[in-house]
This record gives sequence, structure tokens and C-alpha cells, in this order.
Amino acid sequence: MTDLAPPLSFRATLNHEKFTLDAAFEGVPGLTALFGPSGAGKTTVLDIIAGVRRPKTARIVIAGHTVVDTDAGIYVPAHKRRTGLVFQDAQLFPHLTVEQNIKFGRWFTQPDSTALSIALVVDVLGIGDLLKRRPAKLSGGERQRVALARALLSSPRILLMDEPLSGLDDARRLEIMALIERVRDEFAIPITYVTHTREEVRRLASRVVQMDAGRVVAIGTPAELLGP
Amino acid sequence: MRPVLGFSADEWTAILLSLRVATVATVFALPFAIFAAYALARWRIPGKLFIDSVLHLPLVMPPVVTGYLLLLTFGRQGPIGSFLYDVFGITFSFRWTGAALACGVMGFPLMLRAIQLSFDTIDRRLETAAGTLGASHGWTFLLITLPLALPGIIVGIILCFARALGEFGATITFVSNIPGETQTIPSAIYTYTQVPGGETQALRLTFVSIVIAMAALIASEVLSRRINKRIAVFE
Repeated sequence: MTDLAPPLSFRATLNHEKFTLDAAFEGVPGLTALFGPSGAGKTTVLDIIAGVRRPKTARIVIAGHTVVDTDAGIYVPAHKRRTGLVFQDAQLFPHLTVEQNIKFGRWFTQPDSTALSIALVVDVLGIGDLLKRRPAKLSGGERQRVALARALLSSPRILLMDEPLSGLDDARRLEIMALIERVRDEFAIPITYVTHTREEVRRLASRVVQMDAGRVVAIGTPAELLGP
Repeated sequence: MRPVLGFSADEWTAILLSLRVATVATVFALPFAIFAAYALARWRIPGKLFIDSVLHLPLVMPPVVTGYLLLLTFGRQGPIGSFLYDVFGITFSFRWTGAALACGVMGFPLMLRAIQLSFDTIDRRLETAAGTLGASHGWTFLLITLPLALPGIIVGIILCFARALGEFGATITFVSNIPGETQTIPSAIYTYTQVPGGETQALRLTFVSIVIAMAALIASEVLSRRINKRIAVFE
């Protein structure tokens, strides 16, 4: 059953002061990019999926699990949704070591057959040497890798990434982009990825959901939407 | 009691009583202060400004007024005082427990303020991150919010303790000035200054007050530095 369901089915409306969100789309296995200018509502969509913001009306299904259905009165709180949210600026816990940071989600999820091994994630993301350090001693790229590891190890049903490359210089961007590709291909966790950069969409996305002013304006492959 | 370290039995009693009163006051005020600070910093409560003001009242009201209000409510005849006596057998009036209550109430706003400020400075998205990683509100509070607020909590503890040690007006109004029961260092100093030849004793207790206050300040400074070093700040 769950295998046949799309990784993400999203429909939500929200009014906040002058901003109105009214969007619907389905995520695909691999990486689904939410693409559009700032103010389009991309981050709001991620926040609603993660359970950080409460929509006015919505029906959201993540890998066969309904997390919000306002018609049926379903609203699963954020900590029970198993969405690995990766922030723009990492948001590592400053009082914990890198190792404690990446194991944080493990304390709350029962490891099941889908859980990734810590050794594997540490190896793929190349953070073995950082484990005993504290976040304040890490560079921007290192922080983003640790944040990615932390999200992966919380056994997420979906990874939600909010412009994870925006604070990095060009060299680090390429390096983290390559890692995101590996994560996408090796761990088989669907990713919903917010960006306003064409380059990231072309390289990473299987499907693009183009947004503007709180609405979905186009859905397609990167080639269809951005040209070859 | 034999004189210890050159202090007379009365002086020594006042010093120990002061330390006990201030410690008990601080320990009991702490959970209330953390709860109130968290509620004011994180929850949407109607009339927040009003509640905030009421909690800070002891800071700005004359201490005698606070003491008198405590006498009216927590005295044996007062609504809360008579209830606590009838149900639990707890008495505050003219007991050291009453002194601790007065000191706790007087120190509470300072403690609340310090903890509130530290809750305000924590990046809320760290709590969001903990939530998406599976931590409930309770666990997020224990594992993220509370440890990050620790420097502010320590400052709050020290401020409350110091205020409790120095409390005079509310204490003497509520529980009087009974040697061995409610006579803390400030009330003892006051008493010595009122009797002929009490200057030496008053001076000695003044010196003790300064030493305790300095020790508390240094302890808080050392602790905060240690914690700040561990937590560090981004960039």
C-alpha cells in the first residue's frame, strides 16, 4: 500500500495578513524542487508539511500517512510527522557536540528496518572527523553536512530542505550539491527542496513545482520548465 | 552555643538563619520563575502585560507593603494562611518559613526577569528543529530550551539569593524580628544599631554580608563563563 502511494501529496490554503497561499502538488520519488522568487510561499509550504505552521485548510499525505486533513479533523503534531527539515542556516544545537546533534532524532524514533546506520551516514557525508566538535567550531559547509546527517538519522519519511546552499560560497555549494545527489540516490528518501536557483533545479530535481505569489503556476521536469 | 570564629552565638544564629532563609526562598522560587518565564516568553496568554506587571510588583512596591500584604493573606487569620494551617499544619507567621516566603516573593521578580530574558534570546527555530526531529514540547524544553537558558537561570538564582539575603522590610513586617526564628542578618544589624555598644557587632555582620554577596557574585560569574564557553555562540 504505502509503496504505491506518492511520497507526498500536498494541498493547502493559508491566509496571513496580505499573503494568501493556495497550492496543490504531488511529490515524486527523488527530488521535487519548489522553485520560484522569494515571497512565492515556498518556505511556507515546507513549514506546513513539517507541522511548523498551521494551514487554514489542507490535506497532506506523506508516504501514505495522512498528517493533515482539515475536513476529517486530522492534525498530526510536528514531532510525530517524521519529516527531516534542513534549514537554510543549519540550526545545529550549539550546546551539543556534532555526534550528539546527529543522534538527537534517534532518541525519539524507534529504529526500524528503514533506519540508516550512523556509520554509513557519517561516512557518506564525510563528517567522521567532526564528531567530537561543537557547532561553533564548524565552517558553513561542515554545518550543512551535519544538519543533513541529523535530519537523515531521524528516520524521516521525507526530507525537507529549505535553500540549504544559500549561505555557502561557490566551492562549498558544489560540494554540498554533490552530497545531496548522493543522498537522493543512495538513501532513497524522497526530498522536497526549496530554491530560487536554476542551477540547483537543473542538477538535482526530478520534478519542478514552480510557484509565484502563493500559487503553483507550473509543474514539470526541469527541461520542460527551464528549457534545455 | 559556643562562639565560633569570634562570632557570638546570636550573630552566628543570624548568619546561619539568613543562609537557610535565602537558600529555601531561592529553591522554592526557581520552579515558579522558570514556569512563569516560559509561559510569558512562549505562550499566547490574554492579559500578558497585566500578569507580567503583577509578577514584577514586589520589585517596585515598598517592601513594607509587600510584607503587609503577605501578613494579610498568609498570616494565621489570612485566607491562604488559615487554609495552609488547617489542611497541612503549615504556619508562616513569626516563623523562619515566613521569612523565607517573604524573601522568595521579593526575589522572585529579579529571578523571573533574568530567566525571561534568556528565553527571549534563544533562537526559536532551534526548538522547531528539535520538534521536527521527533522531540515533543516537553523534551524540547528539557533538552534544548533549558540548557540554552542556563546562564540566565544562574544569574536569576544569584540575584534572587542576594535579594533574599538583603531582604528587610517585607520580612520584618510579616514575621517580625525574633532572634533565632526570624532575625536574619539585616534585622540583626538593625537591632544592634539600636542598642548602645552594638556598633562592633553591627560592623561584623556588615562585613559578613559583604563577603557572602561577593562570594555569590563570583560564583555566578565563574559558572556563567564556564557554560558560555561550552555553548559558545555562532560566528
